[in-house]
Amino acid sequence: MNKTCAFALATLAAALSLPAHAQTEIQWWHAMSGPLGEWVNDLAKQYNASQTDYKVVPTYKGTYDESMTAAIAAFRAGNAPHILQVFEVGTATMMASKGAIKPVADVMKESGAKFDPKAYVPAVAGYYTAPDGRMLSLPFNSSTTIFYYNKDAFKAAGLDPNKAPATWPEVALAAAKLKASGHRCPFTTSWISWTQLESFSAWHNTLFATLNNGFGGTGARLAFNTPLHLRHFENLANMSKQGLFIYKGRGNAADVSFPSGECAMMTGSSGLYSRVAKEAKFAYGIAALPYYPDVPGAPQNTVIGGASLWVMAGKKAPEYKGVASFFTFLSNAEVQSASHKRTGYLPITTAAYELTEKSGFYKDKPGTDVAVTQMIRKTTDKSRGIRLGNFVQIRTIVDEETEQIWTGKKTAKEALDTAVQRGNEQLERFQAANK
Amino acid sequence: MEKRVRFRSTWLPWLLLAPQLAVIGTFFFWPASQAVLQSVQQQDAFGLSTEWVGLANFQRLFADPLYVESFTTTALFSALVAVAGISISLLLAQFADRVVRGAMVYKTLLIWPYAVAPAVAGVLWTFMFSPGVGVVAWGLRELGWDWNHLLNGRQAMALIVMAAVWKQISYNFLFFLAGLQSIPKSLIEAAAIDGAGPWRRFWTIQFPLLSPTTFFLLVINVVYAFFDTFAIVDAATQGGPGKDTAILVYKVYYDGFKALDSGGSAAQSVVLMVIVIALTVVQFRYVERRVNY
Repeated sequence: MNKTCAFALATLAAALSLPAHAQTEIQWWHAMSGPLGEWVNDLAKQYNASQTDYKVVPTYKGTYDESMTAAIAAFRAGNAPHILQVFEVGTATMMASKGAIKPVADVMKESGAKFDPKAYVPAVAGYYTAPDGRMLSLPFNSSTTIFYYNKDAFKAAGLDPNKAPATWPEVALAAAKLKASGHRCPFTTSWISWTQLESFSAWHNTLFATLNNGFGGTGARLAFNTPLHLRHFENLANMSKQGLFIYKGRGNAADVSFPSGECAMMTGSSGLYSRVAKEAKFAYGIAALPYYPDVPGAPQNTVIGGASLWVMAGKKAPEYKGVASFFTFLSNAEVQSASHKRTGYLPITTAAYELTEKSGFYKDKPGTDVAVTQMIRKTTDKSRGIRLGNFVQIRTIVDEETEQIWTGKKTAKEALDTAVQRGNEQLERFQAANK
Repeated sequence: MEKRVRFRSTWLPWLLLAPQLAVIGTFFFWPASQAVLQSVQQQDAFGLSTEWVGLANFQRLFADPLYVESFTTTALFSALVAVAGISISLLLAQFADRVVRGAMVYKTLLIWPYAVAPAVAGVLWTFMFSPGVGVVAWGLRELGWDWNHLLNGRQAMALIVMAAVWKQISYNFLFFLAGLQSIPKSLIEAAAIDGAGPWRRFWTIQFPLLSPTTFFLLVINVVYAFFDTFAIVDAATQGGPGKDTAILVYKVYYDGFKALDSGGSAAQSVVLMVIVIALTVVQFRYVERRVNY
């Protein structure tokens, strides 16, 4: 009895004294759930196993806006995490909060890590780079808007399952056929503002907001009530009336309806790929976003969504060293390529894209390159991206106003005009607050 | 003849009150004063810069026609929640009071929903009524009723009222049941001997004797509908379609926690606070007169 006790004590003592030197913990708050949450945990595990100095601790803090609120509350209380994942619409808020963040470029430079901003895909990195060329946050899970369709449903409706509708008129025709074959939800979309206005604008090389979508300063104002936008929303309104477009709610509420087989066509995030690959019990296809063929310059490129990693201010130098080391690990071409293959998020470095291409992944899994080829193009001033203050509110305003088109309370014109006007009030406030 | 008990010492009553005062001070007066303070400030998201803006936050609110509109939505929502919540739970309490066999089982089951968090209640009801996949929505469609609260404002309102009422019924039920059980059986038996039926006994004896409980619950339910229901709205409708279910407290939550506008959000909670204080005063001045203690 005594012997076992002594033995247990000895083991315990050994276990306690094992870490010869203390590891520096790096707190990482993120908003990835489900298969994506597993991915984040695996990244941290892989990094922690690769070295002994630092330990990255990922913590799931709820949805994107919940994790941001949590980090803000923590910052005010003086215990913010080291790394915070922030979605793209929060970018302007983070950029404006200079005292709360530490630019990634500075973190890398001060810790002496090898860091070449040019290695990153320009369309992705440009989004998170300050006007002076300093990278402010590290692109992490960048996605873009793509088109998913159910090949089995296409077959049943007498459509060619190997040919996705490339234009919006073709989408409407395909939807009509799907409906005729008894499909209850021919087409739906998640993220109305992102897919049908923001990406739609860039895809047609048209401005979503003035001053190059806000890249030219906080004086930008919304511009998404042009005849082209109007025409698109009138089309969607007609499709909605005929039961061809089924509205499934705000944000990513519609996401579930594609892998479940309920909806046959959908525009959504390329980051949905991992879920579709895991859950869909039917043959599916991925294609580029539809466009209007008579618009000059279309299709151009789509804009990114998803999130980037921000480093919070006020931490100790050795901790920043750990952050830099972790970021170097994340930017590694092999890690990047593996993440890209696993999640459908975009590769953030050109090397990772080339590596993935060389591995033959795009040939094995047709459609996985759609998001990348939509993004890796020469961008124009109109299509580089969107950087607006109070963007969270603007997206909600778009939700509120466009919902009234589907309910029949407002015409497409009334809704878009009101959305622009209400959104501009938000932009004016942001401009006044950030002079 | 003074009926009140008088303390001889001056500090003892304060000492006895202290724990309660501390709780109220920490959890009510302190946050409330913070809200008032923030409502005249403009702060950035991380609280790095604070600017005094006077009444600008309030001016902006009332210049927004959509904010003014949401008063109507809130009034409708609160009235529905309070009336439905109180009458359904009174009915259930009345039944539970009469049940002889298995009374504990019924009571326990009726009290359960109170342990459910509002956000969970919202999600639960949204799942059941989710157009396309929800059990209830599917059943309604089989019956020929097309349920889609994503596009139908009235259905959306019905959904959040149902979720809010369901969540609050247990609380009301407990008070009503306790109230009913404290009514002397002799009164009811005497009335029964005199030939009064259950309906008559309820309206002439039980309901008037329950009036203090009903009044208390009215106040509590109105406060609940005004303040505690944002999680239900957030989980079920997010204020949509359009602004049809955007009640005042939801905008407080949205502006404060999603839009990160602490000044605007605080100004709105001050407005809400004023409304609820006013409503409570009205209730005490006019409704309480009709209450028999």
